[in-house]
Amino acid sequence: MSNAVIEANGLSKRYGTAYAVHDVTFTVGAGEIFGLLGPNGAGKTTTILMLLGLSDISAGRARVFGHDPMREPLAVKRLIGYLPDTVGFYDNLSAADNLHYTARLMGFHLLDRRKRIAAALERVGLAGVADRRVGTFSRGMRQRLGLAEILVKDARIAILDEPTNGLDPQASVDLLALIRSLKAQGVTIILSSHLLDRVQSVCDRVALFNAGEIALMGTVDELGRQVLGGGYAVEVEADGGEGIATRLAALPGVRNVAEPAPGRWRMTCDRDLRGEAAAEVVAAGGRLHQLSLDRPSLETIYTRYFQTREVPHAA
Amino acid sequence: MRRKGSPWQGLGVVILKELSDHFGSMRVRVLEWLVVLTALAAVYGAIQDIRAVTAEDPFLFLHLFTTAREPLPSFVSFLGFLVPLMAIGLGFDAINGEHNRRTLSRILSQPIYRDALLFGKFIAALTTLAVSLIALWLLVIGLGLIMLGVPPGGEEMARAFLLLVVTIAYAGVWLALAMLFSTVFRSAATAALVTLGLWLFLTVIWPALAPAIAEAVVPSDDQATLVITAQMLARLSPSTLFGECVMAILHPTTRTLGPVYLDQLQGAVMGSPLPFWDSVMVAWPQIVGLVAATILLFVGGYVVFQRQEVRA
Repeated sequence: MSNAVIEANGLSKRYGTAYAVHDVTFTVGAGEIFGLLGPNGAGKTTTILMLLGLSDISAGRARVFGHDPMREPLAVKRLIGYLPDTVGFYDNLSAADNLHYTARLMGFHLLDRRKRIAAALERVGLAGVADRRVGTFSRGMRQRLGLAEILVKDARIAILDEPTNGLDPQASVDLLALIRSLKAQGVTIILSSHLLDRVQSVCDRVALFNAGEIALMGTVDELGRQVLGGGYAVEVEADGGEGIATRLAALPGVRNVAEPAPGRWRMTCDRDLRGEAAAEVVAAGGRLHQLSLDRPSLETIYTRYFQTREVPHAA
Repeated sequence: MRRKGSPWQGLGVVILKELSDHFGSMRVRVLEWLVVLTALAAVYGAIQDIRAVTAEDPFLFLHLFTTAREPLPSFVSFLGFLVPLMAIGLGFDAINGEHNRRTLSRILSQPIYRDALLFGKFIAALTTLAVSLIALWLLVIGLGLIMLGVPPGGEEMARAFLLLVVTIAYAGVWLALAMLFSTVFRSAATAALVTLGLWLFLTVIWPALAPAIAEAVVPSDDQATLVITAQMLARLSPSTLFGECVMAILHPTTRTLGPVYLDQLQGAVMGSPLPFWDSVMVAWPQIVGLVAATILLFVGGYVVFQRQEVRA
């Protein structure tokens, strides 16, 4: 990838003789949302910490905007905003004071800090509680405050570790909307999660971690083809008409047609045949009620992948 | 492999934040009141005692620090006991507190090295201790001026000031120890208990244990070696070092802290005070010992912290 902002090449982390992360290679392009998926303990957080220079790299190399996290951690940490898994703040300080502390560590001056912090809190919807002690904040508010910190930092890359973990549905929808708006701003995002439908809704590409290695990588569609054996599933619901099943089965590119219920047909085909299927139903004199294409869901891919591998602790 | 960028980046920010935390915290306020009240009680007792005797001693003012009146111990004994408590109170949750609040990875993902965080915390806590001790010291001097009505001489002030410096170094030892354990143990309660346990051991039990150990390892017919070995062992405890410093500084007649040799007595007028710098030289190894212990313990904590995994 020519405009890669993060490159990991053969990245490994060893504790004693056991590998927490083994030979992980991936690149993340500018402005991309890249998902790290996998069961707990699969090496997602360790990979993130190595990219940040917070954990030593046992083997392999990482580059963040061309900087080596081992040798130039300060340059790397200046560019990356990190929202840790279950982010913590100083409970006795107000939301604004917490952000002031990290903004001072970034080296921003007072006036600059005030402007940035006010804008960031406004954007995450915490402007009204800027002076309240963080001790009174809910989990969702803390996560948003963590995102505000990334906004204050004006990070080029945001690394979010399990950002929606433990949030109620509304809070996580809000958070994902914020993440999308970050992307719209040109920020590259790495997202780690085991909540698959949420990840699927925002990620451009995902890497599926298993026991410290990347098992699968690509867009959700690509993963679907790899794991589910490819093919499109088109479902047709219609009534009336004669011999719809035969007509559908005769279409070029259709592998088989099943009839799970009267008036409902499910066809597996090599490409998207919705248009042709509709034409056939109408030609057979039937009335078309519904026509749908099953997109491969990450959930299915994930479950299927770990079923076939029989990983004992798959989440 | 060399890393780029200054390890001191962000140090000032960390120090200021920790200082404001300390001075705003209930814990420090309680510890300060504890120290101030007990110390003042001791000094008041001493003043009552000093006024009862005639003021012929040229180092009358120093008695303020060393005179004990039943049932209270002297001001310096209080310091020897309470300063470690305060230092441990400030340091026992320095690093594991950040772990447990889950702020550590967030702070370390800012462009600073771990060095700045650890050193900043140490400097800030030591400054807090120093500020409290200086305030206490001024309070005692002021109280002495008012209630004794005798102005202290230049040498007395020099000795009193040296006591202040030594007390801060003594606080540094316990602070470094507490921070070492706050890095080693993930639970703040464990760290506090271990540090307090070690403090009790070194202060109360070790001085009594040292002669016993010496007796076990040294042949019994060699009395001189026995005494010296026992003293050397006892000096492993910072409390012993502090006590010896106080001895040399506040009792100007102290000529040596070890056994007296004949050549040291040659030409000496028994009971006459040593000049200030000679007293400093007597206490010098102890002072250096306290500073060295602080540095060693801090380096220990530093090494553990650098190698520690950030994730909770």
